[in-house]
Amino acid sequence: MDWGALQTILGGVNKHSTSIGKIWLTVLFIFRIMILVVAAEKVWGDEQDDFICNTLQPGCKNVCYDHFFPISHIRLWALQLIFVSTPALLVAMHVAYRRHEKKRQFRKGDQKCEYRDIEEIRRQRFHIDGSLWWTYTSSIFFRLVFEAVFMYAFYFMYDGFRMPRLMKCNAWPCPNTVDCFVSRPTEKTVFTIFMIAVSSICILLNVAELCYLLAKFFLRRSKKAGNAKHHPNHENKEETKQNEMNELISDSCQNTVIGFTS
Amino acid sequence: MNWAGLYTVLSGVNRHSTAIGRIWLSVIFIFRIMVLVVAAESVWGDEKSAFTCNTQQPGCNSVCYDHFFPISHIRLWALQLILVTTPALLVAMHVAYQQHQEKKLLMLTGHGDAKHMEEVKKHKMRISGSLWWTYVCSVIFRLIFEAVFMYIFYMLYPGYQMVRLVKCEAYPCPNIVDCFISRPTEKTIFTVFMLVTSSICIVLNMAELIYLVVRACARRGEHNSNPSSGKSSFYGHKLSSEYKQNEINQLLTEQDGSLKDMLRRNPGLQEKGDRCSAC
Repeated sequence: MDWGALQTILGGVNKHSTSIGKIWLTVLFIFRIMILVVAAEKVWGDEQDDFICNTLQPGCKNVCYDHFFPISHIRLWALQLIFVSTPALLVAMHVAYRRHEKKRQFRKGDQKCEYRDIEEIRRQRFHIDGSLWWTYTSSIFFRLVFEAVFMYAFYFMYDGFRMPRLMKCNAWPCPNTVDCFVSRPTEKTVFTIFMIAVSSICILLNVAELCYLLAKFFLRRSKKAGNAKHHPNHENKEETKQNEMNELISDSCQNTVIGFTS
Repeated sequence: MNWAGLYTVLSGVNRHSTAIGRIWLSVIFIFRIMVLVVAAESVWGDEKSAFTCNTQQPGCNSVCYDHFFPISHIRLWALQLILVTTPALLVAMHVAYQQHQEKKLLMLTGHGDAKHMEEVKKHKMRISGSLWWTYVCSVIFRLIFEAVFMYIFYMLYPGYQMVRLVKCEAYPCPNIVDCFISRPTEKTIFTVFMLVTSSICIVLNMAELIYLVVRACARRGEHNSNPSSGKSSFYGHKLSSEYKQNEINQLLTEQDGSLKDMLRRNPGLQEKGDRCSAC
C-alpha cells in the first residue's frame, strides 16, 4: 500500500470531479507526491546521520537533533498529502451509494429508471447536483482546512521555512552550548519553498473550485426561479391544446357511434 | 506477498461488507497501513544504529537496546494490522462456499451456462442466515485483536510516550549508563497517531456490530409481526434460503447416491483425484 495504490483509488473519483478538480488532482500527483518520492526523500535521507555536533559527548547529537526537528519535513508532507487527498473519498462513497440506489431501481423494474442495463449505470457519470453537491463542497472545504492547518504547523515548527546551516544547542547531556551542523541546508530550503509554492497553488485551485460550484448553484437556482415565472402561461397553453384534442376525439367517437346506430 | 497483495485479497471482501465495514477498510488501508509504509517505517529505520549509550564497553549498546525494545513498534503494528484484517477472510471463505453451492444447484437444475455462472459470481450476497453469524464473529475477532494489541503496547511501552533518555545497567555495562534514543518526539507523534486511528477502528467495529444486531432484530420483528401473511409466506418460504438449502441437499444426496452405486459396480472407476465433491 503506497502512493501508487492511493493514485488508483483517487483515479476513480476523478471521473466525477469538475475540470478544476481534475487539474488539482494532477498537480497533487505530479508536483507534490512525485517530487516527494523521487527527489525530496533523497535530500532528507541522511538528515540524522549527517547531523554533526561539535562534541564527542555521546547522546548530545541525538538530543539536539530531536530538539530542532520534532518531526521531519518529509513525514509532515506525507501526512499532509494523505489527509488532503482523502476527502475525495467522501465523494466516491456518495457516488457509489447513488449507483447502488439506481441499480436497485433498475432491478425492481421501475418505470422511472431510464437505463438500459446495469453496465450503463456502472459507467455513468453523475452530475454534481442535489446532495452530491453538498458532499463535494464539503470535501473541498475539508481539503482547504487540512492544507491550511499543515501550512501553519510547518510555519510554527520551523519558524519561516528556511533551513539554517548552523544551530546552537545546549540541551542535556551536551556539556555547554554546542554547534550543530545540518546536512544540505540549501537544497532543503529549495525543496521546502517548492513544496510550499505548490501547496499554495493547490489552495488557490480549491478556492476557485469552491467559487465555481457556488456560482453554478446560484445560476441554476435563478434559472429555475425564472422558469417558474413563465411556467403558468406555458401550462395554460399546454392544457388548452390538450383540451382541444380531447374534444375532437370525443366528437369523432360520438359521430362513429351515431353512424353505427343509424 | 506484501501490503499490496493483502489489499488485493481484501478488496474482494469489500463487496459483501456493510457500509460501515467499507469505511473501516478504508481507514485501515489509508490511515494505518499507508502511514506505516510511507512514514513510520522511515522514522524507526535507524532506531538501532542511532541508539547511543554513553560508554565504550562493547556489547553494552546491543544489550541495552534489546532490554528496552523487546519488539519494535513497527513490527508490533505490522502484526496488529495483519491479524486485524484477516478475520475478513472468514467472510470471504463463507461467501465463496455459498457461491459454490449456488453454482452446483444451477448446474443440477440445467442452468449451467457461462452467463448464469457469471451472474452468481457478480451478485452481492445478503448478510443473513449463517453468513450473518460468520460476519458477526469476524467483527468480534477484529475487536479482540485490536484490544489485545493495544494492551500489549501499553504493557511493553507504558504511557505511549517515547523518552529521550533511558538508564541501563544490564551486564556487560560497567554501571548505570545513559542511553539516548533517536527521534523520540517524532516517534511519540506517530505512536499517538496510530493509537488514535486504532481507537477509531475499534469504534467503527462496535458501531458495525450494533448495526448488524439491530438489523437482525428488526428483520425478526417484521417476520413475527406478519403472521396473517401466512399463505403468502408459504410461497415466500419457497424462495427462502432454508428451502433452497434443503433442495440443494436433496439433489446432492440423489447425485451422491447414484455416483456411489456406479462406483460400487465399477471399482476401477474410482481414481485418486476424482472424488465426488459432495461425498
